Amino acid sequence: MNRAVRRLSVACLLLFFALIANANILQVVDAKSLRNNPHNSRVLLRTYSRPRGQIVIGGAAVATSVKTQDRLKYQRVYVQGPEYAPITGYYSLTEAATGIERAEQSVLSGEDDRLFVRRLQDLLTGRTISGGNVVLTIDAAAQDAAYAGLKGQAGAVVALDPRTGKILALATSPSYDPSRLTSHDTASVAAAWKQLNADPLHPLVDRALSSTYPPGSLFKIVTSAAALGTGDTPSTVIPAPHQLALPQTSNPLNNFGNEVCAKSGQLTLADALRISCNTAFGALGLKLGPAALKTQAEAFGLNDSSLTVPIPTATSVFPANLLPNWQTAQAAIGQFDVRITPLQAAMIASAVANKGTLMKPYLVDQILGPDLTQISQTKPQTLRQAINPQVAAQLTQMMVGVVDRGTGTAAQISGVQVAGKTGTAQHGPDTTPHAWFIAFAPAQNPVVAVAVLVENGGALGSEATGGKVAAPIAAQVIKAVLHR
Amino acid sequence: MTAVAAGSLGPARTGRRPEALMLALGLLVDLAAYVAVGVGHDKSFPPSIGAYAGGFAALYLAAHLAVRRLAPYADPLLLPLVAFLNGLGLVLIHRLDLAGADRARQAGRPAPHGDAHVQFIWMLLGLALFVVLLGVVRDHRTLQRYTYTAMAGGIALLLVPAVLPASYSQVNGAKIWIRLAGLSFQPSEVAKILLIVFFAGYFVAKRDVLSLASRRFFGLNLPRGRDLGPVLVAWLLMLAVLIFERDLGTSLLFFGIFTAMLYVATERTSWLVIGIVLFCVGSYTAYRLFSHVHERVDIWLHPWSQSQGHAYQLVQGLFGLGTGGVLGTGLGLGRPDLVPFAKTDFITATLGEELGLAGLMAVLVVYGLVVQRGLRTAVSVRDTFGKLLVTGLAFSLALQVFVVVGGVTRLIPLTGMTLPFISYGGSSLVANWVIVALMMRVSDAARRPVQQAAVRAPANDETQVIPT
Repeated sequence: MNRAVRRLSVACLLLFFALIANANILQVVDAKSLRNNPHNSRVLLRTYSRPRGQIVIGGAAVATSVKTQDRLKYQRVYVQGPEYAPITGYYSLTEAATGIERAEQSVLSGEDDRLFVRRLQDLLTGRTISGGNVVLTIDAAAQDAAYAGLKGQAGAVVALDPRTGKILALATSPSYDPSRLTSHDTASVAAAWKQLNADPLHPLVDRALSSTYPPGSLFKIVTSAAALGTGDTPSTVIPAPHQLALPQTSNPLNNFGNEVCAKSGQLTLADALRISCNTAFGALGLKLGPAALKTQAEAFGLNDSSLTVPIPTATSVFPANLLPNWQTAQAAIGQFDVRITPLQAAMIASAVANKGTLMKPYLVDQILGPDLTQISQTKPQTLRQAINPQVAAQLTQMMVGVVDRGTGTAAQISGVQVAGKTGTAQHGPDTTPHAWFIAFAPAQNPVVAVAVLVENGGALGSEATGGKVAAPIAAQVIKAVLHR
Repeated sequence: MTAVAAGSLGPARTGRRPEALMLALGLLVDLAAYVAVGVGHDKSFPPSIGAYAGGFAALYLAAHLAVRRLAPYADPLLLPLVAFLNGLGLVLIHRLDLAGADRARQAGRPAPHGDAHVQFIWMLLGLALFVVLLGVVRDHRTLQRYTYTAMAGGIALLLVPAVLPASYSQVNGAKIWIRLAGLSFQPSEVAKILLIVFFAGYFVAKRDVLSLASRRFFGLNLPRGRDLGPVLVAWLLMLAVLIFERDLGTSLLFFGIFTAMLYVATERTSWLVIGIVLFCVGSYTAYRLFSHVHERVDIWLHPWSQSQGHAYQLVQGLFGLGTGGVLGTGLGLGRPDLVPFAKTDFITATLGEELGLAGLMAVLVVYGLVVQRGLRTAVSVRDTFGKLLVTGLAFSLALQVFVVVGGVTRLIPLTGMTLPFISYGGSSLVANWVIVALMMRVSDAARRPVQQAAVRAPANDETQVIPT
């Protein structure tokens, strides 16, 4: 009988081995996929069980976690939600996070490696582990001005500090209240989500960073920069015909409102920019050629798909392989397939303002620990030298002309010299054009560069031009930054 | 062991001192786990730790002293191992009580009564019964006299829930309970012990007949046709449990124990093959004919497509185990309460989530040790009844752990059964303490020096003389 008992004992051993082998498969091999399975609520519950860090602007929190009585212990709440929505994004139970909530997830949740020591201390001392705080570069006054300026219209405003790349304002309209998406009542979140997605004005879209638009006449800055780079000066006289016959098309290029730029058919480069003469820049574009335009556009940051602020941005495009015919002429005045984000527009102004040096735009100024000790401070980074300083000075002088006695007079601020450029971009046969304005000030010592886009001309519709609709908003933002 | 050897070694080692040390060690681990739950869950040292430490130490000391007096030669590891498991079970149930209180607080309900206290009372009862049994049954062979009484009691207990109306016998789909006046009792746990006693007694009497071979078939010595009777009866009983009580686990457990004991008694591989064939035929037929069996298998094979439906519990358990990973979340830091029935059938998931693969494997090793100590006793004990009894008891533990843990970890289809000593449940805990008492009683006889045994108990005329 002992032989049989011994065999049975081996059989029992095999049963236990099978259990142990199976447990290893489950808890080692399959562990990751089990942990991250969407139906496994453990990770989510843990995330919500501790306070998420705050998103801070000018010493005040715009996103914060408040204690609740339900099974998820903390809920995300946004102060001035709609105004800051394109920046904060939302941290929702059911939808993927967006904005800073997503870009700085590891800091806010407290799982970032830089918070490791803090986390260990919390664990040992029994304090509730909480997330780190993100301090933004946003200037609350500028943001208020930007958001107020867009009221009732669809569009976006971006303001940068040209010296550092700090994003001072980032507004989009229409917006939404992210607090609606962070309720713990998933049914009400689902309803809000459905409604926001069905809205024809697309309030969930961050127009400042993730939408691209034809730049229109704004792009004449880039064309001018390319010309100045080849040795032209603001006083170089260029042809400005009443109508520019374009190669390989029967449609000639006209000026805005079919106006005549100059009776003589000639203009200085500075005057051409000041009155935004389409035919002059079309001809200039043809003379420079597609390669030179593309090189200059890319120096300002177009075609760069890697930019994050740290929110990912849409890529602004200058098309490759332009034919040296009507396509190039149209591209030179910011039409055809040229498309840029409002952020990119602000970057162009910023590069000119900062003596040609383009700084990398950024939103996160500091990371603070849960106890507000500084964990890191962002250092400004140079993205590239967009134009040489001499060209920058010449462009500044030309852009001052635009605001002083050109298309951008609505951006004048008493006591401050403003440099700017209007844009009125066609974007389809039966639509009113988009109104653009970019500017920086004070012109000789710039501290703010701003881009304003108003979709379809906003309240003025077909009457709108960049100078009428967008320039006043830019002026308000500049005033807010300069405390005027 | 020869008289010379025994004389030269002095008095035979009882192993009581290692037992005391191991008991203390197990208690220390359990207390550490209790503290870990407090620190992990409430971020504070549990204030009552001193009282618990003292109370459990006193309890274990009492059990140890009882063993010293009543079964001085009993296996020194059995008591510490199961006491450790029982303590760990209390800690896990306490941990789940805390989670239940959290949930109640969040929902604005009053905190439910903790189950750990109830389980502790059952543990006291189990330990008391353990001591009483060691005191009353001074020689396990006396149980042999009650072979047929055990059979009648066992079968009756096993089948009572099947004939009772569902309101008195069904809990969560399985008809394996007797529910009276607010108390529920799982008779199959007691039936298991009674039937093991019966099988042991029956096989001692019939093993010669059952060992007879009629003809060879593919290298197997087939038994005589007329001897198949008892096997068929057991098989039908298994099917009855499966069909009428909807309990896959219990039916597998009983038939497994029966087949294993029959095999050990006869040493005929043919019985094993017949048993396995009958089991497969029965299971397959049940799978084809009965929807609840079919559903269980379907959940096992395709849990992910019904993770929010029938397979919810299994899938939640797997999530817990996966989230726990190698080292676990730490006691009090996971969410084992997300798994339905975490305290009973799914306590394995709690164990794996908070103590990780490491903890789960450690517990499996402890069970493995208990089983191996039992089977070692079976090898060394001199009488056939004792051999069969302790084999059945040890194998029942092994099989039950396999069925429960295998079910929760999706090695085999899930069946509702308790994890011995750890799961919440009075009948199961008390019955398991009875199993340990019987195993220790037999091991006491096995390890007792020969001369003394000869004086104390008359030699068993069956096994002593004929060498196999």
